[in-house]
Amino acid sequence: MPWRGLLRPGDWLIVALGTALCAAAFPLAWQAGIAEKAVVRQGGTVFAELDLSRNRRIEVPGPLGSTVIAVDRRRVRVVSDPGPRQYCVRQGWLSRPGQIAICAPNEVSVEVRGAKEAYDSLNY
Amino acid sequence: MTRSIIELTTTPEDHRIARLAAAAIGLSLIDAAIPLPLPGIKPGLANIVTLIVLARHGWGTAVWVSVLRVVAGGLLLGHFLSPGFFLSVAGAAASLLVLGAVSRLPARAFGPVGWSVCAAFAHIGGQLLLARLWLIPHDGLFLMTPFFAVAALAFGIINGLIAARLLAEPPVAAPEPPDAEHPA
Repeated sequence: MPWRGLLRPGDWLIVALGTALCAAAFPLAWQAGIAEKAVVRQGGTVFAELDLSRNRRIEVPGPLGSTVIAVDRRRVRVVSDPGPRQYCVRQGWLSRPGQIAICAPNEVSVEVRGAKEAYDSLNY
Repeated sequence: MTRSIIELTTTPEDHRIARLAAAAIGLSLIDAAIPLPLPGIKPGLANIVTLIVLARHGWGTAVWVSVLRVVAGGLLLGHFLSPGFFLSVAGAAASLLVLGAVSRLPARAFGPVGWSVCAAFAHIGGQLLLARLWLIPHDGLFLMTPFFAVAALAFGIINGLIAARLLAEPPVAAPEPPDAEHPA
């Protein structure tokens, strides 16, 4: 018995729609693309833009002291921070676009950006 | 043999549901034994039973068989009431709702393969929704979505074809219910 005979016309339609859904899922899920750079902000202004392809270590001065940020093998992390709770340090390596570590007490944040802007939230 | 104190009266419908659920549970055990590279991707062979039940006995029986399969499968695989169990429940619930809708579509145009693909997508949809809301409240989860979608399409088609193939064969006569041999 041929397997093709088991599909009815609507089934072909559903399979076609499913294929389209699969094809659409890839760009939708990965729209942010690959991580290109890390944007370091201090007190709301951009302090530095670090290219993720170059390993670096910078110190960002803030009201509590200096926050150390390191880029290593296309990842970025907060190495040390004078803040009391160390949330941003414990977040560890950030490697995907849109990921962000915020050291609120020292007013420092580091965000990974891709080639395209990934939406964190939409508003108008 | 000690006579049981509790008497359960069962109908032929109960026997049919139990028999079909047993088949589904067996298939879900086989399912769990098949190694696959990504966590969360499974062939979902037990859904073949759900599809056949839906076609032969209707949606109500399909719901019963699915509920029994999810609960008993969870007990047998040792993940009853664990996060994995709730993911199974979410997937089964979503796919049953979608099956209830698509099985009302004209039978001339839509068969088990179409139902199966719709149910497979509903299954991952329900699971992703529960996982996003409860288990992994982070959008990073959706990075896996394309793989889940491709798996849903592939296994949806395969399961649907198997179900359609089995449905095309003449139904086997139901075995005698055990009550006939041991009258209660």
